[in-house]
Amino acid sequence: MIYMDMLSMRDLDKETIETIFSRAQKAERGKSSQRNGIVATAFFEPSTRTKLSFQSAAERLGMKVIDFLTETSSLVKGESFSDTIRMLDNYCDALVVRHPREGSARLAAKLALHPVINGGDGGNEHPTQALIDLYTMRKEKGKIAGLDVVLFGDLKHARTMHSLIYGLAMFGAKITLISPEGLEASPEFVKSIEKRFGTAISSKTRPDFSGADVIYSTRVQEERFADKYEAKKVAERFRLGLDDLEKAKKDVIVLHPLPKRDEISQEVDSSVHAKYFQQAANAVPVRMGIIEHCLEVEK
Amino acid sequence: MITVENITNGTVIDHIAAGRGKRILGLLGIEDDYPHRVALMINVPSKKMGRKDIVKIEGISVDEPHANLIALLSPHATVNIVKGEKVVKKFNAELPEKLSIGRCPNPDCITSAERGHEEFIKDGEFYRCAYCERLFKGNELV
Repeated sequence: MIYMDMLSMRDLDKETIETIFSRAQKAERGKSSQRNGIVATAFFEPSTRTKLSFQSAAERLGMKVIDFLTETSSLVKGESFSDTIRMLDNYCDALVVRHPREGSARLAAKLALHPVINGGDGGNEHPTQALIDLYTMRKEKGKIAGLDVVLFGDLKHARTMHSLIYGLAMFGAKITLISPEGLEASPEFVKSIEKRFGTAISSKTRPDFSGADVIYSTRVQEERFADKYEAKKVAERFRLGLDDLEKAKKDVIVLHPLPKRDEISQEVDSSVHAKYFQQAANAVPVRMGIIEHCLEVEK
Repeated sequence: MITVENITNGTVIDHIAAGRGKRILGLLGIEDDYPHRVALMINVPSKKMGRKDIVKIEGISVDEPHANLIALLSPHATVNIVKGEKVVKKFNAELPEKLSIGRCPNPDCITSAERGHEEFIKDGEFYRCAYCERLFKGNELV
C-alpha cells in the first residue's frame, strides 16, 4: 500500500486538515494510539523546532527515530539528494525531509515508497508549520473563518508565509499582507490564491494593525538588502512593539514561526498577546496528527 | 518578394510569432549538421499578424506533441505536414496540459540540481513547476 505524503498546502483540502486537527486534539488529551515503526528525520539544513518536534511527536506515538546528519553522511563524499533519499527509504516507515532547494520534498516523495513529510523546501513551502499556525489560531480564537489576519514582514522569502496564506484563504480568513517594498509576496502567487478561493487579499507597505485579530510576524532579513543602512531602517520600521499592540484590538494575538531575533521587542514576550511559545508547543500534537495521518491514509 | 521553393516531404510551420522561428528550429532539434533542406523566413509580411516567421523543413513530419511544444513559443503557429509536395495534414499548435521536457527557470528548484525529473502543469495562462510550484510563462520553459 502507498500512504499519503505531506508535501504542500496545495495538495490538502479542509476535510484532511480537520482530520489532522482532530488527531492533534486527541494527542493533546494523551489519547493517540501507540504504534511501531521508524521515522527518519533527514534535514539538509539547520532546524531546531521542526526537527525536534517531529522527533518528539514520533517518540510520543511509540515510534523510533533515526536521524540523518549531513556532516557525517556520504553527502560529504558527493552523494546526491536522490540517492540519499532512496537509501533512507529502506531504513524507515516515514521520512521527514528539509532541504534548501524548492521542490526537494516532492522529488523525495517521487523516489520513496514510504510517506514523505515536507519539513520545509527552500523558499517554497512549510506545510506542517502552516497547520500548526492554523491549529493555534483556531485554539486561541475559536475559529479561522472571518478572522482578520495580518501577515507582517518578509513575505517574499518566507516559506512559512506561502503555506499559511494558502491555508488561511482555504479557511476563509480575511488576509492583509504588510511587507517592506521589495519583500512583497509574488503577485502571481497572490493572484492564483485569490482566483482559487475567490477571495480578495489586501496588501500594504506600512504597518497597520487596526482591526487585526491575529498578527503573524516574520523577520525582515537584513541580508536581503544591498544597502545596510536602508535595511536597518526598514527592520526598525517593521519591529513589533507593545506600543503597536496598544493601538490594536485588546484581544489581538501575535504569532511567529520562530526563531525570532529583534523583529518583536522582548517586552511583547511576556504580554497576553504573545502566543508564539504556545504555537511552538502545539507543534508536537499537530505533528503527531500528521505522522498518524500519513501512515494510515492511502494515496 | 523572396520566394522559397516547396518541400517534397516534411513540415511547414506558418504563423510563427515574428522572431521565434530560429528557436522553434532549435526546439525541433534542427542543428547545423541537419542533412536536409531547411528554410527559415523571418519577418514575412502578414495581414493577420503584421509580421511572422515561417519555417520549412524537409525530412521531418512534426507530430502533435512536438507541435504543442511549438505553441509554448508561438501559440498561433499552424503546422502543415507535406507529402509528395501536397499538404496532407494541417493542425494548430495547442498548449499542452502537461510537459515533461524543458528546464525549470528557478535556479533554486531541486530539478536545477538533479536533472531528469522536469515536469510542468498548465495553470491558467502559466505553467507550474511540479516541484518548486512556481509559475512561468510557456516560453520561459524552452
